[in-house]
Amino acid sequence: MKILKALMVTTAVSLALMAGTAHAENKKIALVVKALGIGFFEAANKGAQEAAKELGDVEIIYTGPTSTTAEGQIEVINSLVAQKVDAIAISANDKDALVPALKKAMDRGIKVISWDSGVAPEGRAMHLNPSSNPLIGNMIIKLAADQLPEGGDVAVLSASATATNQNTWIEEMKKVQGNYKGINVVATVYGDDLADKSYRETQGLIQSYPNLKAIIAPTSVGIVAAAQAVEDAGKVGQINVTGLGLPSEMAGHVKAGSSKSFAIWNPIDLGYSATMIAYDLIGGAEAKPGAELKMGRMGTVKLDDNNEGAMADPFVYDAKNVEEFAKIF
Amino acid sequence: MAKLLKNREVLLVIAIIALVFLIALRFPGFVAPANLARVYNDTSILIILALGQMAVILTRCIDLSMAANLALSGMVAAMINAAFPGVPIPLVILAVVALGAALGSVNGLLVWKLDIPPIVVTLGTLTIYRGLIFLLTNGAWINAHQMSDAFKALPRTPLIGFPVLSWLSVLAIAAVYLLMTRTPVGRAFFAVGGNPHAAVYTGIDVGRTRFLAYCLSGGLAGLAGYLWVSRYAVAYVDIAAGFELDIIAACVIGGISIAGGIGSVGGAVLGCLFLGVIKNALPVINISPFAQLAISGTVIIIAVAVNARTEKRKGRVILKKAEAV
Repeated sequence: MKILKALMVTTAVSLALMAGTAHAENKKIALVVKALGIGFFEAANKGAQEAAKELGDVEIIYTGPTSTTAEGQIEVINSLVAQKVDAIAISANDKDALVPALKKAMDRGIKVISWDSGVAPEGRAMHLNPSSNPLIGNMIIKLAADQLPEGGDVAVLSASATATNQNTWIEEMKKVQGNYKGINVVATVYGDDLADKSYRETQGLIQSYPNLKAIIAPTSVGIVAAAQAVEDAGKVGQINVTGLGLPSEMAGHVKAGSSKSFAIWNPIDLGYSATMIAYDLIGGAEAKPGAELKMGRMGTVKLDDNNEGAMADPFVYDAKNVEEFAKIF
Repeated sequence: MAKLLKNREVLLVIAIIALVFLIALRFPGFVAPANLARVYNDTSILIILALGQMAVILTRCIDLSMAANLALSGMVAAMINAAFPGVPIPLVILAVVALGAALGSVNGLLVWKLDIPPIVVTLGTLTIYRGLIFLLTNGAWINAHQMSDAFKALPRTPLIGFPVLSWLSVLAIAAVYLLMTRTPVGRAFFAVGGNPHAAVYTGIDVGRTRFLAYCLSGGLAGLAGYLWVSRYAVAYVDIAAGFELDIIAACVIGGISIAGGIGSVGGAVLGCLFLGVIKNALPVINISPFAQLAISGTVIIIAVAVNARTEKRKGRVILKKAEAV
């Protein structure tokens, strides 16, 4: 009996080991997003799958919490560490709160990079910005200014007051504000990426600033809600809603006229590049200031002193091309 | 006068008027009739939901799944409209009200037949319903351009000066008021919550009554689902995330006792209006977003504290002579 038991255990162990070696060839890269069910991240996943297909020996684990909380992401990270993935590519809900969990992952030899919304430098090897923050900051105010040759009052509708990426873009936007004559940023409000709150904040802006000419919403939930609120208030043509949004989500509002144009980088490219960089790091590349990491068809990314790199310029969508891109993402 | 002041509804009306007055000091445009109508319109969905929640809370239960039910029903409404734009909107609404009621009846059946604590049941269905949306859509959004114009227009169509959305909530208030005060079922909600054991002796089936309360809250959540999706012209997994807490907060502010048996339609509506005024005022009075959360929380706690005080006079000695002996 005892022998039989020992035999069974040995078989089980060796089977497990064999399974282990068979899988060691497939590198597991986890794409962790702010929350599941957001169109932008679903598109990023598409890009990651494309990269995996191209690389051949990569398995993508697309995961994230069900609501945009740091706590939820920490749970996800811990479970990924337990699954022994090779790399984690994360878009963070909180810059600092995730650091301890990610540090633990790096201690176990897991390559950690952040993309889209960054993690503090201690918690990751490198950060991939979809575009450079100064370029985005410039782009969102340029989109508003292009429609306002005479200048005018402009307000910002952000996500939550603690969202890392939103705050950086707004900061950069304010730096270059002087280049746009007559553009006056009157307020920054926060819609918390909730449709109802963003809608209400927009109504508040319309009431508080009767001369408002444009609303800049660098968030995909906010821009849609703001456009709807402007349409409902009968202010189409008076207030232009612009910022960052997805073509599929904005197509209706561009047609309705509440939004003349908006910008976004290609999230498919972003997921693709993050996966390629993670793969490069697993393969032994080192992330240090000045290093160039490979991004497949997107070229290379050069890291700055903070180990951050920029992928590409944001792309502008308007009535001419939005329908066509709405079919893609 | 003193007696009038002890009346909760009267107190709430005074509080709301004081609140509006305070806001007007900082932003005079807030008291314009058009703006007040807009605030009511914005609060309509919350009112419809709170009426259902009230029925459930009256029976000593709670429905945490209302916002998830709303999201699932709303998504289904949007999907029906996106796939078959020709289906008349009233039919879509009927379908999602039925779907909402069915989702609510799942809660009701689990509470009734399996006797699982309501908070556990609805916490479970909350996640299940959100998960179902994900399964249905794979996380994809349904956007403004995929919905038909009629689908989006209904809640905004003006009718005798007010949007249909506002009228629907008025209709819901009237219907639930009649249900609560003029039908055996409505009275049974109070009886079951006030004293379940006594309710059994009067021939009321406690489990069945709770089941009906959940069906009502589900049906109203289904209606609210269509209204939400068409109002904001977008449907995705996370719509109305966390809204269940607003609904419960509105009920509690309105004096509906979490312990069951105490509450009124008027209270629930006033609780919603109180929250609605705060929500609509915060964006225009220029307060830091960090302070906004703290303010909302503080107001709710104050309301509950006042509520706890008024509830103390619940017990009543009916045989004073016997006690004296």
